[in-house]
Amino acid sequence: MMPVILWSDALVFLLLAAGALMTWYVRSQEYLLLPWRRVARSNVAMVSLLVLSLFLLVGILDTLHYRVALKDKSAGQIVYSPEVLSVFDKLVEPLRLHTEKTYSAPLALTLYAKESVTDAQGNVVRVYPKLQYVTDDAQVMSRAVTGALLGLLAGGLLVVAVRYAGYLIGWVPAFAGMTIFKERRAVVIATLIIAGLIGMTINLASVYHVLGTDKVGQDVLYLSLKSIRTGLIIGTVTTLVTLPLALFLGVAAGYFRGWIDDVIQYVYTVLSSIPSVLLIAAAVLMMQVTIDTHPNWFDTAASRADLRLVFLCLILGMTSWTGLCRLLRGETLKLRELEYIQAAQSFGVSSLRILSRHIMPNVMHIILIALVMDFSGLVLAEAVLSYVGVGVDPSMISFGTMINGARLEMAREPMVWWALASAFGFMLVLVLAANLFADAVRDAFDPRMNRS
Amino acid sequence: MIVYLIRRILYAIPILIGVNLLTFTLFFVVNTPDDMARMQLGIKRVTPEAIEKWKHQHGYDKPLLINEMADSSRKLTDTIFWQKSASMFVLDFGFSDDGRSISREIVTRMGPSLAIALPTFLIGLVFYVSFALLMTLFRATALDIAGVALCVVLMSVSGLFYIIGGQFLISKLWHLVPISGYAGGGFKFVVLPVLIGVIGGIGSSSRWYRTIFLEEIGKDYVRTARAKGLSELRVLFTHVLKNAMIPILTGVVVVIPLLFMGSLLTESFFGIPGLGSYTIDAINAQDFSVVRAMVFLGSLLYIVGLILTDISYTLVDPRVRLQ
Repeated sequence: MMPVILWSDALVFLLLAAGALMTWYVRSQEYLLLPWRRVARSNVAMVSLLVLSLFLLVGILDTLHYRVALKDKSAGQIVYSPEVLSVFDKLVEPLRLHTEKTYSAPLALTLYAKESVTDAQGNVVRVYPKLQYVTDDAQVMSRAVTGALLGLLAGGLLVVAVRYAGYLIGWVPAFAGMTIFKERRAVVIATLIIAGLIGMTINLASVYHVLGTDKVGQDVLYLSLKSIRTGLIIGTVTTLVTLPLALFLGVAAGYFRGWIDDVIQYVYTVLSSIPSVLLIAAAVLMMQVTIDTHPNWFDTAASRADLRLVFLCLILGMTSWTGLCRLLRGETLKLRELEYIQAAQSFGVSSLRILSRHIMPNVMHIILIALVMDFSGLVLAEAVLSYVGVGVDPSMISFGTMINGARLEMAREPMVWWALASAFGFMLVLVLAANLFADAVRDAFDPRMNRS
Repeated sequence: MIVYLIRRILYAIPILIGVNLLTFTLFFVVNTPDDMARMQLGIKRVTPEAIEKWKHQHGYDKPLLINEMADSSRKLTDTIFWQKSASMFVLDFGFSDDGRSISREIVTRMGPSLAIALPTFLIGLVFYVSFALLMTLFRATALDIAGVALCVVLMSVSGLFYIIGGQFLISKLWHLVPISGYAGGGFKFVVLPVLIGVIGGIGSSSRWYRTIFLEEIGKDYVRTARAKGLSELRVLFTHVLKNAMIPILTGVVVVIPLLFMGSLLTESFFGIPGLGSYTIDAINAQDFSVVRAMVFLGSLLYIVGLILTDISYTLVDPRVRLQ
């Protein structure tokens, strides 16, 4: 087994490290912790955070990639499989490997359409062929109930554990008031419901195709879960490009004014004057040409698809930093006229120091709000771009490619709705949770919100 | 005002030059015409002769910026930059890969695009503003909370879902209107795309307008108006709505010229022969000259929108003077 770190994996680890560093720093500063406490007080925010963390967990497990060593060792050398797998693939191996012949409905025992089969007497009959990997026990209900009960039990244990751990860490001042399950009936109920659903799904998925199978017989649940990583990467890695560009250029334009301001304003007016879908399409087309003319850059198909994903994030970032930049420029223009900045200037503090000590901390709330608000838009944009044909690589599993592959299936007779429904459903849950969480963050951080 | 407008139009020129240089860099410098030819011809059938032929057919067999071979003034004009990029300033977009004039395509396709985009825009605007006013009127009641919750859910749904779901429900299940097609723009072909376009925008737009109205309603003049004894409806419609015009116009007027471009998704799903589906087809066929033309046209219309926005301010707010 050989661990593989794709480009996007490296960027995800970088983001996780940055997130951990930020958490550590925020925890050490009481005034930074205050707005987060307001977020934690919102039940809606905590439930969405729970949902988001589950998605994140799947995404992170799906980011730990490796290649399996093949059995036949030619001339003492270990040969690795060209297929790049992830820890998540290993965990849900039955889902990945149990591919049927073609479509089958959710929880079905047979394929969706009749086929001609020769029976024992030699007659040709039209029957629904049995699924290869679903043993015919048809105990859907009992399996669902046991699964849900087990899930509830696990969820209950989790709640109790976190609650008492909460009491324990409650002694550490930084955690005071952060015990999310204390006196929070709504959060506890939501946690239990989610745990029950997960338990049910796991117990059913070990026997059935819970969300059916797609055209080539792949499990739709597996595809949906794999899409999560792509969506999360588009939503988060893009900020790695947006953030530095918007922050440095916006603050510099607002603070220095003069020709620096003119140049930066010119650059972002040019970029924002091009309709973003067209700019993205143009850039992605050009990237495709580059990738196609350099096939020797990639050792596996996965690394090729992955580099395309990273480029897509880069392009999305290059086209979407202008809005945040404009906001930051405006805020800096306001801040630089304030007395404490003028005081710092008259003391002879260098511009660099004023920017880093006095301006940047005071625009951080804008950045945070913009980042969490952008996330859901980017996840939705991925689906649209992949549909248009300028999104992720067609071989990469994502909500967009799922929808694109399934959009003609509604016209089939009998109708095949499950692949589309699953893609839209998972995307809705992810984006809704992100939107609700973003709203809570905005309410807590925006100084314009009046608080009582 | 005339002087201001002239200055704004002059200011648009460097921006368009910037857009032009950017697309030129993207399309000709990052990847040379040779790469494009290889891409178009397919990796297998590529021979140096085939590449040369393709480049000659499409006019890419010239130097990028300066033609050393040509005479004095043709040194600059007989180049890819001059013929493919700079010519766009006089709205000469050249020919697409299948040999048709792009300018003519744009003119004929604008009509269908507008037939969908304009009703969507107008109906949508009226509906969103009314919905937002309703939520503002009943602010902090169960109705308002339900409205905001509805908006958040609606804006979390992918735009593709509205189109696929709408086509399925209204056309396939209920057989009310054809699934797709245009056929000269009959009412039955236009109504579904417009309806879906309006529904798709409810979430984000209504919520945005509600935020604007709520911000206005906290201001002093509203309290004065109420103190005079005006009814809440009157306050909302004559005072708040008027004062909220500036932020509303900022977001709305910019998109009016862009309506000509149509919507990529709607047009491709409903088979409407507008500029949106033209662009999508060009992207899928990797027809770079069409994409380049659309990028330029899009930014031109956006800049027109910005200027229109400034003019519209003077119409609704007598305090604004353009100098």
